[in-house]
Amino acid sequence: MYKNWLLITIALLSAGTAAADEEGGIALLSSGANIKNTESLQRGARNFMNYCSGCHSLKYLRYNRMAADLKIPESELAGNLMFTSNKTFDTVNSAMPKDAEGWFGKQPPDLSLMARERGVDYIYSFLKGFYVDKTRPWGVNNLYLPGAAMPHVLAEKQGLQKPVFKNEPDEHGSARMVLVGVDAMTPGALKPEEYDQFVRDIANFLDYAGEPVKAKRQSLGVFVTLFLLVFFVFTYLLKKDYWKDVH
Amino acid sequence: MAAAPQSADSNKGGGLIGWIDQRFPLTKMWKEQVAEYYAPKNFNFWYYFGSLALLILVNQLVTGIFLTMNYKPSSAEAFSSVEYIMRDVDWGWLIRYLHSTGASAFFIVIYLHMFRALLYGSARKPRELVWIFGCLIFLLLMAEAFMGYVLPWGNMSYWGAQVIVSLFSSLPVIGGSLVEWIRGDYYIADATLNRFFALHVAALPLALIFLVIAHLMALHEVGSNNPDGIEIHDHRDEKGRPLDGIPFHPYYTVKDIMGVAGFLLLFCGVIFFAPTFGGLFLESPNFEPANPLQTPPHIAPVWYFTPFYAMLRAVPSFAGTQVWGVLVMGAAIVVLFFVPWLDRAPVRSIRYRGPIYKVMLAVFVAAFICLAVCGLKPPAGIYPTLAKVCTILYFAFFLLMPWYTKLDSVKPVPERVTGHV
Amino acid sequence: MNDQVDHSRRRLLTAATVGTGAIGVAFAAVPFLASWQPSARAKALGAPVEVDASKLEAGQMLKVVWRGQPVFVVRRAKSIVDQLSGHDTMLLDPASDDSSQPDYIKSSGAARARNPEYWVGLAVCTHLGCSPLGAFDANNAFQVAGVDLGQNWPGGFYCPCHGSKYDISGRVFKSMPAPKNLAVPPYAFAGEARIVIGVDDAPKV
Repeated sequence: MYKNWLLITIALLSAGTAAADEEGGIALLSSGANIKNTESLQRGARNFMNYCSGCHSLKYLRYNRMAADLKIPESELAGNLMFTSNKTFDTVNSAMPKDAEGWFGKQPPDLSLMARERGVDYIYSFLKGFYVDKTRPWGVNNLYLPGAAMPHVLAEKQGLQKPVFKNEPDEHGSARMVLVGVDAMTPGALKPEEYDQFVRDIANFLDYAGEPVKAKRQSLGVFVTLFLLVFFVFTYLLKKDYWKDVH
Repeated sequence: MAAAPQSADSNKGGGLIGWIDQRFPLTKMWKEQVAEYYAPKNFNFWYYFGSLALLILVNQLVTGIFLTMNYKPSSAEAFSSVEYIMRDVDWGWLIRYLHSTGASAFFIVIYLHMFRALLYGSARKPRELVWIFGCLIFLLLMAEAFMGYVLPWGNMSYWGAQVIVSLFSSLPVIGGSLVEWIRGDYYIADATLNRFFALHVAALPLALIFLVIAHLMALHEVGSNNPDGIEIHDHRDEKGRPLDGIPFHPYYTVKDIMGVAGFLLLFCGVIFFAPTFGGLFLESPNFEPANPLQTPPHIAPVWYFTPFYAMLRAVPSFAGTQVWGVLVMGAAIVVLFFVPWLDRAPVRSIRYRGPIYKVMLAVFVAAFICLAVCGLKPPAGIYPTLAKVCTILYFAFFLLMPWYTKLDSVKPVPERVTGHV
Repeated sequence: MNDQVDHSRRRLLTAATVGTGAIGVAFAAVPFLASWQPSARAKALGAPVEVDASKLEAGQMLKVVWRGQPVFVVRRAKSIVDQLSGHDTMLLDPASDDSSQPDYIKSSGAARARNPEYWVGLAVCTHLGCSPLGAFDANNAFQVAGVDLGQNWPGGFYCPCHGSKYDISGRVFKSMPAPKNLAVPPYAFAGEARIVIGVDDAPKV
């Protein structure tokens, strides 16, 4: 009987892994973000509010929810983190007007669900992936979002990067330079590890913003699993007892 | 005051239950359908999935009703209302995950439930109607799940609806008008969303409930099959009870509750630790609102539709029309209805069939899973060819069945059931 | 069937299973019932409302909306406030025993206010919910739409739907269709004329 469970699980897992998405193109960097790290989330909130919220809203996240989950006292909130509202029950809106397409070519998207849509590693990689490109309006392009309309807001902190090309001949054998990565060009105010931590915190915070209940969901899950295990044991023993009758 | 007629009621108990029993067949139904419904004693692992399917149906109904309390079925508000449920409504996130995981769990359980019928010949005479009601449930369930997926109005909701509804435009003559009629507009719009909401929340659940009741009534009329495929009612004791039968209550109530406990462990494991299940149960592109100007780079229906989607893509266009893929996809479901008549073996259960059926069934299962994987992948590399091969294998299982089931060898079928837990 | 059923073990296991199951069902019911509570958005929209009453003169009133209901803020002249205890015989419930208000309002007596100069109350007639009109001039019998309020009119509110009359602390007169005094919401002063409706305390600005 257990053989059946095993077979089904194996079948589903192999189908699942086979089906798991493989992105073509450049591999994402591993962010190392951990939503259980409250200090990281607090720094990420501060970084986001100071550097990102000017253009990007988090329209599904309320300040008071963020304060409660990140253990930020409401006094800190008003002073340091709320730039577009003074009501803590409000959502994190941005000062960017709705017609910003004219300024950037694209309305800066709301980021509430970016981590759920593209993943926390994508956000981390994206923030590390800007390189100089004179052909772009803001002079930068992004390794992970070719043709990105966003300027490199954190250029002062990271410094500038240059693109790295490799010759990968196409199927006809003609030479073709393909973008494969980026290299540091000029230093920024932060050392590389410091910048990594800076953007890791932002990615972590956006991961939180994508699903604020995630940490609570997981800890509740432990309790539920234990409860169900106990329940299962009782039902199993009860079943075995009744079925002693049956021959 | 004239005395009420006593004779028919003299068997009924006293008290409240007795009062009800005089006016409603409560105890009668309990006895006939549960406490004295004799089921074969040799039900195995494959027999959990019917009661689990019922549990999941109840889950979808209850969580669905609670979602409807906060969901807004308009293209302007739908996406936000789902995030509202996830964040602002107390415990809304749990109700939402119960519903989304329940949808995928429903299909896992139903596929396994149907597979049981193929293992033990449960579709065969006299249970053809049980099977047909089941196929109707499957068909309506697919429609229900498809419409449900549109409701969050994410980008995959929108484009999935766009692709699937557009399929019907390939039908000759009526195609174009039909699609406009389904959409209620010139493109997938607010009108489409609203009517899908009405169908998903009211019409199809009602139809599904009626069909499930019919399915169970048809089953109880002829009695359950079993892993040996023999009729337990052929051998009865002096009281008319089948020798190899046991009353459903308490034996199968107790066993099914254990099944429920095991299922809930897996179900809650997913909900609390991996609700998106790697993007299979809740697809990543759907966390972006519907954008008519931007298709997701990779459109795939939810995993439970991908086998049929793979078949649709596998069929090339002939004579300038794509309709063949649509017809093949439809035929893949229609062919299921005919299983009771396609299977010509002299025995029901795989235990007493020869190697041909076992091989064909194993190949069928492998082909179905392979089709599912093909449907999830973009149509490149080996997948298109693989999908074509597996589509042929899928249909071969059914269409060749009248011949290979006759050709197959048989083992002697026992008189009484063999082995039980 | 086996005759040697250990009934006590079976009873125990059944009790354990049913008991755990019942606890599980109770836990499972909590999220569904709790989801009916006001959501974070409802709480945000129902948040306290700040009112700046500094521009009001005596005998003037403004209305704001709090939790979907209209709220009066009336500036009262000292002469009016001083006479508030003088017409108890005309009132149904002069001590506000039967009406709805925070404790600190009830204990303020006839003024029914935290600061007698301003009266704050729900503009919802306790009869059937219409919005009463202000009629604040004392002894001015015909000040509201030609209706005779009587010679001893102390100033207050008049509900045009069915004729209920209230004094300027929202206390209902005798023999009116309305059964209770106008309700008073929780409120606090955040400054001399800054009123926050919906909280019992407000930090002074």
